Amino acid sequence: MPELETPTVGPRHTRRSFLGLAAGSLVAALSLTRRAGAQGQESSAQEPLAGQGATGSLRDPTVVGRSRTPTTANDNDEAIKQIEKRIHCTCGCNLDVFTCRTTDFSCTYSPELHREVVALFDQGKSAQQILDAFVAKYGEKVLMAPEPKNFNLVGYLLPGVVITVGAAVLALVIGRRERRRSLAMAAAAAASPPPARGTVPSAQATPEELDRLRQALSEVDD
Amino acid sequence: MTLLGQFSLWAALLVGLWCVAVGLSGGWKQRPEIAAMVTRAPYAVLICLVAASLALWQGLVSHDFNIEYVAAYTSRNLPPYYVVSAFWAGQKGSLLFWAVVLSLFGSLAQALTPRRHSDLLPYVAAVTSAVVVFFVSVMLFSANPFERLPFTPPDGRGLNPQLQNVGMVIHPPMLYLGYISITVPFAFATAALLSRKLDTGWIHAIRKWTLVSWLFLSIGITLGMWWAYVELGWGGYWAWDPVENASLLPWLTMTAFLHSVMIQEKRGMLKRWNLGLIIGTFLLSIFGTFITRSGVISSVHSFTQSNVGYFFLAFLVIAGTFGFTLLYTRWPLLEAESQLDSVASREAAFLFNNLLLVGIAFSVLWGTLFPILSELVRGSKITVGPPFFNRVNVPLGLLLLGLTGVGPLIAWRKASTANLKRQFRWPALAGLGTLFILLAAGMRDFYPVMALALAGFVAGTVVQEFQRGARARMRMHQESLALALGRLIARNRRRYGGYLVHVGVLIYCVAFTGMAFKREQEATLKPGQSVEVRSPFGHTYTFTHLGVSQFESLNRIVTAGTVEVKKDGKPAGLITSEKRQHVDSFKRPTFEPSTEVGIRSGLQEDIYIVLAGVVNGTEEAVYRFNLNPLVWWVWFGGGVLVVGGLVTMWPGGGPLIRTRRVQAGYEATLAGAATERE
Repeated sequence: MPELETPTVGPRHTRRSFLGLAAGSLVAALSLTRRAGAQGQESSAQEPLAGQGATGSLRDPTVVGRSRTPTTANDNDEAIKQIEKRIHCTCGCNLDVFTCRTTDFSCTYSPELHREVVALFDQGKSAQQILDAFVAKYGEKVLMAPEPKNFNLVGYLLPGVVITVGAAVLALVIGRRERRRSLAMAAAAAASPPPARGTVPSAQATPEELDRLRQALSEVDD
Repeated sequence: MTLLGQFSLWAALLVGLWCVAVGLSGGWKQRPEIAAMVTRAPYAVLICLVAASLALWQGLVSHDFNIEYVAAYTSRNLPPYYVVSAFWAGQKGSLLFWAVVLSLFGSLAQALTPRRHSDLLPYVAAVTSAVVVFFVSVMLFSANPFERLPFTPPDGRGLNPQLQNVGMVIHPPMLYLGYISITVPFAFATAALLSRKLDTGWIHAIRKWTLVSWLFLSIGITLGMWWAYVELGWGGYWAWDPVENASLLPWLTMTAFLHSVMIQEKRGMLKRWNLGLIIGTFLLSIFGTFITRSGVISSVHSFTQSNVGYFFLAFLVIAGTFGFTLLYTRWPLLEAESQLDSVASREAAFLFNNLLLVGIAFSVLWGTLFPILSELVRGSKITVGPPFFNRVNVPLGLLLLGLTGVGPLIAWRKASTANLKRQFRWPALAGLGTLFILLAAGMRDFYPVMALALAGFVAGTVVQEFQRGARARMRMHQESLALALGRLIARNRRRYGGYLVHVGVLIYCVAFTGMAFKREQEATLKPGQSVEVRSPFGHTYTFTHLGVSQFESLNRIVTAGTVEVKKDGKPAGLITSEKRQHVDSFKRPTFEPSTEVGIRSGLQEDIYIVLAGVVNGTEEAVYRFNLNPLVWWVWFGGGVLVVGGLVTMWPGGGPLIRTRRVQAGYEATLAGAATERE
């Protein structure tokens, strides 16, 4: 007959001792967690996010696009920004240099153009001189908008001129009609006696006019 | 299924051609039996094109990469909703989308137009079919969506990451619906000219259609701005790009038409102008399509360059010549029934409003085409970008904003001095008050200050109109303010819906001024480092870089930079901006890495964070932080505009003519005229 394995019997626990043990463990665990949390807060306030230590490396840097160089003071210089907003990026994106270099991060043209602007700026050139240098190098197309001179003035002024002339002609024609009408009305009033009180002026209306009248009445709120 | 698609396209072409030929001759010869036959042809074309569309969708959904279009715009791991929207993402599919929606609208025009306009319907069927025939021809002879490849690639290229956005699922169809529905008013205008039935009938027949296309264009343009803002990452929503301009052009002329048509309805004037506006709007919608597809002008939004541009150019020339020649031949039949009485009248205000709207459209078109003209004249290339358009159009826009307030308040025919004083006193004070407050607050930028002051004036006019109308109702019907306002709008939807549209426009204008004050700051930050940016509203934002994480998601590998934001020292949450490298199902990169902007919108300003990249593969990240004021109000303004448009076009709601009390004099004249006619 095979020998039966006798179960190992440990120390016996009463319900009271079990509950006491459980409560003690809970209190100990809570206090440990609190202490750890406090330590964590202290340490986070002191070290890991200070931005001075080593930064972690990415698992796959190839999927982030080309590597960036750290920002310099010139990148945020308002004067340089304003100049770059007037220069067209040559990559074919239709954006200005500032917008392209801060938006299209695969573009290699705008960072290069930015460096050119910064170099000229550091030489003490004014905004206009920098723009002129760009036009001399890349042609007028490099400006986001053509200079308002020579033939370009046609581009800038024609819409305004067309609208002004149109408005002037309209005002002139309406004004002339208005004068003519008021003269005619004055002449008619002088020629005919005023209508008797209580009569309703009547006129022959065309079906078109009646249609419009009905339409107009339908739009008047009750 | 491609066979079914090909067959359906050919069938649509043949039925369409038959409809054009028979419709024109049937209408011309006044043969009702032919006319009845031809008015059913659009339904047959619709069935053919629906079959073709289903065939293409089946190819897309089943990943049949032997179809060139499917391989070019989808991949196995593309989320299903983008597979569906790939139908209109590319050149060829969007042509089919255009054709099928146009044939649907053509059929609806036949089905929904009241029978009293049935004389026009054969011509309408012919014209809508002619446009459908054009689009089907382009597909069959130049850009066939069912073209097969000589081999079957294991996976497709996938959809351009910038099109993988909810906005791009909705925005292009909305814009297309706007463009396409313009064909119906054009068809009715052409029908009226061809049949010489140039009374107000055609105008009543197209009223809803013009509102529908205006509404779709408005929604499409607003969604396009939203997409550009959240997806392109340059921090703005309007760049005066040629394709953006192309969508604005028909919207401007259609807006002009919606105003000038009121003068024709009320006073029988501007008949030629209105027909010209409808023809012009249709041509501009085709021009927009030409710009987008021809590659004649460079744009970030353009489709791949192809020879379909020649088709569109030819169609543009033919349609323009046909439309304006027809208008010229009917010129004597379009005499005005009355004349303008005074410069100080609503008619004159609407005329000036039309002049400005069409003038702005001309200015936008002029700026868009000026590089080509300059190259022709001077031989040197130039760029016409936002500085040009802002310089030319902002003053015109301000004038238009001012007229938005003048038009509704000024009396028809001739306004007396007393009327002008009574109507304009409070709105003018509101405008001047706004101006004074802005100047006292230290604002000195001319255009933003003027825009806000004029917005104050327009707001004054709208509030005054609502207040007067509601007060009258409260007095007459003893209604509460809310009930009076509700009924005021419900009883006269066209007028008060129009005012709501004006409110939307003024909210737009106020919101646009915000971008004059935006703040931008670039910074390179290691985890834990911060940068502070001060907003134009005086808040100080502190952005702390927490770290960069990488993970795979759906069809892309994501690199996410997380920033903790504090506003005036108080925590304001975390914002994440991403770099996404899209891959196909074999994990091969499909496009250049794209940027997903982190945006937190607020009533005052948007926080807009762009992860520009990382330094040497580490967690040191380069960010661009933008604070863009009032952007939320652009979307809100768009919403109000659309609600106003919906109120205006909602069926019913007008008071009944027969039950209305009318002035005794009018009643007597109407009764007399009716007796005479009998």
